[in-house]
Amino acid sequence: MSAEARPVTAHASAEGSRAQVGMPTPLLGMLLFIASEVMFFGGLFAAYFNSRAAHVGEWGPPRGAPELEILPIALPITIILLSSSFTMQFAVWAIRRGDQSALKRWIGLTLVLGVAFLLGQLYDYSQLGFGISDGIFGTTFYTLTGFHGAHVFGGTVGLTILLARSLQGQFSARNHIAVEAISMYWHFVDVVWIALFTTLYFLR
Amino acid sequence: MATTTLAPRAETYRRSWILEWLTTVDHKKIGVMYIVNSFFFFFAAGILALVMRSELAVPGLQFLDERTYNQAFTMHGTIMIFLFVVPVLAGFANYIVPLQLGAPDMAFPRINALSFWLLPVGGLLILSGYLFGGAAAEGWTGYTPLSSAYAPGVGTDLWLIGLILVGTASILGSINFIATIFKMRAPGMTLFRMPIFVWTMLVTMTLILLATPVLTAGLIALFIDRNYGGSFFEPAAGGNPILWQHIFWFFGHPEVYIVILPAMGVVSEVLPVFSRKPLFGYRAFVFATIAIGLLSFSVWAHHMFTTGVVFLPFFSFMTALIAVPTGVKMFNWVATLFRGSISLTTPMLFALGFVSMFLIGGISGVMLAEPPIDFHLQDTYFIVAHLHYVFFGGSVMGVFAATYYWFPKMSGRRLNEGLGKIHFWLMFIGFNLAFFPMHMLGIQGMPRRIADYSPDAGWTLLNIISTVGAFMIAISILPLLVNVVATFINGERVGDDPWEGNTLEWATSSPPPPYNFDKLPPIRSERPVFDIRHKHDREHLTDEARLPAEAGES
Repeated sequence: MSAEARPVTAHASAEGSRAQVGMPTPLLGMLLFIASEVMFFGGLFAAYFNSRAAHVGEWGPPRGAPELEILPIALPITIILLSSSFTMQFAVWAIRRGDQSALKRWIGLTLVLGVAFLLGQLYDYSQLGFGISDGIFGTTFYTLTGFHGAHVFGGTVGLTILLARSLQGQFSARNHIAVEAISMYWHFVDVVWIALFTTLYFLR
Repeated sequence: MATTTLAPRAETYRRSWILEWLTTVDHKKIGVMYIVNSFFFFFAAGILALVMRSELAVPGLQFLDERTYNQAFTMHGTIMIFLFVVPVLAGFANYIVPLQLGAPDMAFPRINALSFWLLPVGGLLILSGYLFGGAAAEGWTGYTPLSSAYAPGVGTDLWLIGLILVGTASILGSINFIATIFKMRAPGMTLFRMPIFVWTMLVTMTLILLATPVLTAGLIALFIDRNYGGSFFEPAAGGNPILWQHIFWFFGHPEVYIVILPAMGVVSEVLPVFSRKPLFGYRAFVFATIAIGLLSFSVWAHHMFTTGVVFLPFFSFMTALIAVPTGVKMFNWVATLFRGSISLTTPMLFALGFVSMFLIGGISGVMLAEPPIDFHLQDTYFIVAHLHYVFFGGSVMGVFAATYYWFPKMSGRRLNEGLGKIHFWLMFIGFNLAFFPMHMLGIQGMPRRIADYSPDAGWTLLNIISTVGAFMIAISILPLLVNVVATFINGERVGDDPWEGNTLEWATSSPPPPYNFDKLPPIRSERPVFDIRHKHDREHLTDEARLPAEAGES
């Protein structure tokens, strides 16, 4: 339990007013980090749309490779990632109630779904029939989906830590700021995928 | 309420000297390491500048060939901007911002240490190109296709990786500063009582937070092009080299304000103290800073007028518009000085140097915002003159003002004023000798980034003057170094508040204790230390006379 309790600095105890109003500092830190990530993906999306706007001829996978299809892989892994956002939120609601066993279940399930998404994406890569060096579409496709995948992987690392800590009973209704922060990040990664999925598969 | 009593000082945990500095998470020690580290890179990049100026003094290739010259100006620009000016100002902010807010430390002390330690690693990676067959040589802007897969050698790859690390350090630092400013303020320190330096850092850090990740995306895209066969910037495979310029300058123009805003903050701390007047128009200054921050995201393509693919009227108009809030600040500073009781100490001299030199840089900036002029002056020495008047005449003057102003806070000793004034005058004169002739050279058509020029071009005299100025700047650093060493050995101990400052950092001891404040004074204005010093002056006032000054306190 005590590991989650934040160390009390010389000042914090003497002044109830410092940093106790509004959003907790770690969550603000996570929100700011997400803001920087929005700009990072914004840069990559800008590169995608700039290349697309300047492109002559049909936009899509290079000649010889099959068209991008949402079945059999892209749509199912999208559903998997979307559901993982719900399971993550259930985990947050569980620990807000102080329900530790529900927290473990939902975090475990979220982690499984996240890993399933990554495996699905890797399998998808093996079936696409074009690579990062096959023209501008290949470059932007793999850069965007690859960096999104890397962020999902980072999320699964965070989820693993959350799972380990929840198995040790470190979270409670009052002390669970890490769960809140990781869930923010996980929702963000999910939103990026929604933008990416729409851009790559529907904005033809 | 008299003073806010705080818990007793945290007990110091004893460690060896080296281990203490390597593992510290104290914002003051980290701030000092930022500053020292930045000055090492400043000397390295300064030596490169001297090498370039020596090469350019007279026509002909004397010391370098074209390739090493290209590496020299690339490393000079990259190191000066990313590893000197930005981090040294972040270092002063690291030391001073928590003190000015009445906070015990930054919001995330361990992330603070991480953002510092990424800097020397990134900087050395960038420079290490010299060990592996040549450093990056495309200029600090790294334009494609100069930097794309056609440019062989790992120097450019090391440059990319180093910049990604330095950028990550900046992003982490910006998250930390913003969280600190919003969450760590002492009771009574409302947003509009924050010192101007804190305000400028808040806007600067917001710019870093939103602009740097875009550069990271571009650097990664270029790295993919160079190493994994990508074609972001490769026209033959459907890419677009101009895309790099868009991405780079979308970051690069906010970067210009990232570099100048903290220096503006320093100057706005120094001028009131040595004019013995409050800053004229505190709120106008704050809103002007925010306006500059917002506008800085809408002007990037003024670096790309000659590419022919940007909408000239919009970017020209927005660029000229930035002169308005900047002009507001000029009025703030001049009106602060007006009828003040001015004492020309060394920090004040550097602050006045900032105001005058930055004015010249600002005016040439507005000139360049006009496409007809810009088309003629693009990539000439006029640009070099302009950017040095902003970066050196502006930011670096601010850095030295901060150095002389806050040195007594960091060490308890004041730097020698005589040596400081020698430093200032040598640097001020040397700076103008080095960079003012470049305006004329640019108008006469001398292109930047060339290692040699024709003896018939008529540029020789101005180049010689410029080189003399560059060496004068280098010599001006010697009194500073002597001064710092001598002051540490046998400097004048000057107590906690030698300048009669206004802001909270002067309310604690010099140097401050590990957790900064044993007790905090009441904070009832943006000048809490001034209020304590003059509290007896106010006691004879009637209640009615006191009320306006204390309005808005509740």
